[in-house]
Amino acid sequence: MTLTTHLPQSYGYVPDVNAAQAKQTPVRKRQVPIALVSLLTAAGLLLIWAATATAGLVSPIFLPAPAVVAATLWNLVTVGFVDSTLAEHVLASLGRVLGGLGVSVLIGVPAGLAIGMSRIGRGILDPIVEFLRPLPPLAYLPLIIIWFGIGEASKVTVIALSMLPSIIISTAAGVRAVPKDHINAARAFGATRRQVTLHVVLPSALPSILTGTRIALGTGWSTLVAAELVAATRGLGFMIQSAAQFLVTDVVIAGIAVIALIAILLEIAARALERWLAPWASAH
Amino acid sequence: MSHLSFNDVSLTYPARDRNGAAQLVLDRISLSLSTGEFVAVIGRSGSGKTSLLNIAAGFQEPSEGTVTLDGAPIDGPGTERAVVFQDDALYPWLVARDNVAFPLKLRGVGERDRRARAEELLELVGLPTAGNRRISELSGGMRQRVGIARALAAEPRFLLLDEPLGALDSLTRSRMQTFLLNVWTKSGSGALLITHSIDEALLLATRIVVLSPHPGRLAADIPSSFAADILSGTPAGDVRASPAFKRMHDGLIGLIHTASPEEELAA
Ligand SMILES: Nc1ncnc2c1ncn2[C@@H]1O[C@H](COP(=O)(O)OP(=O)(O)OP(=O)(O)O)[C@@H](O)[C@H]1O
Ligand SMILES: [Mg+2]
Repeated sequence: MTLTTHLPQSYGYVPDVNAAQAKQTPVRKRQVPIALVSLLTAAGLLLIWAATATAGLVSPIFLPAPAVVAATLWNLVTVGFVDSTLAEHVLASLGRVLGGLGVSVLIGVPAGLAIGMSRIGRGILDPIVEFLRPLPPLAYLPLIIIWFGIGEASKVTVIALSMLPSIIISTAAGVRAVPKDHINAARAFGATRRQVTLHVVLPSALPSILTGTRIALGTGWSTLVAAELVAATRGLGFMIQSAAQFLVTDVVIAGIAVIALIAILLEIAARALERWLAPWASAH
Repeated sequence: MSHLSFNDVSLTYPARDRNGAAQLVLDRISLSLSTGEFVAVIGRSGSGKTSLLNIAAGFQEPSEGTVTLDGAPIDGPGTERAVVFQDDALYPWLVARDNVAFPLKLRGVGERDRRARAEELLELVGLPTAGNRRISELSGGMRQRVGIARALAAEPRFLLLDEPLGALDSLTRSRMQTFLLNVWTKSGSGALLITHSIDEALLLATRIVVLSPHPGRLAADIPSSFAADILSGTPAGDVRASPAFKRMHDGLIGLIHTASPEEELAA
């Protein structure tokens, strides 16, 4: 192994061995394959479901067989249900949830900064957040429908409102956790208040903001499906609600499976986003 | 030549609760630091060393008295005074090079120029290949060197150092002491070093200030000349072994002890 070749002007500092190589993540010991156990559990449940359904213990109206649901799922993809293909339902739902996310990030991050950085901001916004946070979104959905009708605006509003508290709270918590030395260092280098906010407070709070956003996305997704049960003409919630009215149970179950799958995918995407935007936070 | 002066500076922390008493932390400190000087501040834990440095940096306002820079009272932090923090205070979201370039970025220096300058400074602190490393990938000693490079990037007239070597093992620490001394000489700045180590103060400083605790008062302000020996190439071990060094060392220990009330030591 060779050390660094030459150190012009290195002021008598002899580099230690550590300097020659970056610290690397230590190699983990082999873990018990928990994923395998989970996989087997899932397969077992599927088997019980299939056995119950094919044995005729339960009427197909209550519990269609897995194979039937799979065929229905394929049918949903190719033909669709109530005027829309599965992709169209999914896109309608995803569009709403991402729209709501955009709105609540645009409002929630500045609001969280205000709470974390200013006493007056906290005085004004804290009660609003504390009022909104424990409120089930479906409780204010009727009011939103009165105000905005049953179109897209009311759904995006409800989703945005349901996401807002966790984004505001996580932003404010991230801001309050910024080490004082980090701010002082920037001030000593001549940073203005705006530069401190932009170059120190925001990046320092970013991991917390992203975590809050990921949690909000979960909340938003479940709120969305519930909101679509009440008022929509397209979307996954609407799809299973209409199917339920005609007792098309296979579509209901297929829809639930798709909703769960998308929830998982959103979680994975959010985690990937955290790793991508704030790699230093997950480094150790 | 520039002067940073404490003029009768006192600092009182208000009582924590209704029954508590206000705490006088610094009591009428008058002290002057010029560029080209290396002043070490020693004193027991809680004697107000960090408070003194925070006031010099402008992070903390004194309750009484003023700090002046060439006669003009300072008003908060300023780019002519750079701080190296005890726990590095580097930004984990920036790679080493961007941390060093941070003061230049605030000043509006263009991307290419500040990169080049940061690389120069990293080379200066003996980390020529660390530019793209994340802070979490650096050892404690490497981090402190990045912190020093960042402070130097601001081209300050005064370097304020709050126990920058406190967390290092003794071997790394003695290397870093020599390094610090060389950086200070080259930069021509004035240095204010807070340290727990009498040994370190003697090896690096041109003047040693002793703070007595509760309240922090100036107990001594003594010139020291061992740094010159180190700079002229005498090994630190030989300097330490000299009778003059031992005499000063013992004298300072005595000063710190007599400067501390007995019940304090028992606690
Ligand atoms: N924010 C604060 N509020 C109240 N008291 C404080 C505050 N900061 C420091 N003190 C008190 O002021 C005194 C001096 O603290 P300071 O941190 O300056 O000491 P120090 O000499 O740097 O100690 P150490 O060597 O342990 O770092 C201590 O008694 C401490 O309890
Ligand atoms: Mg201290």
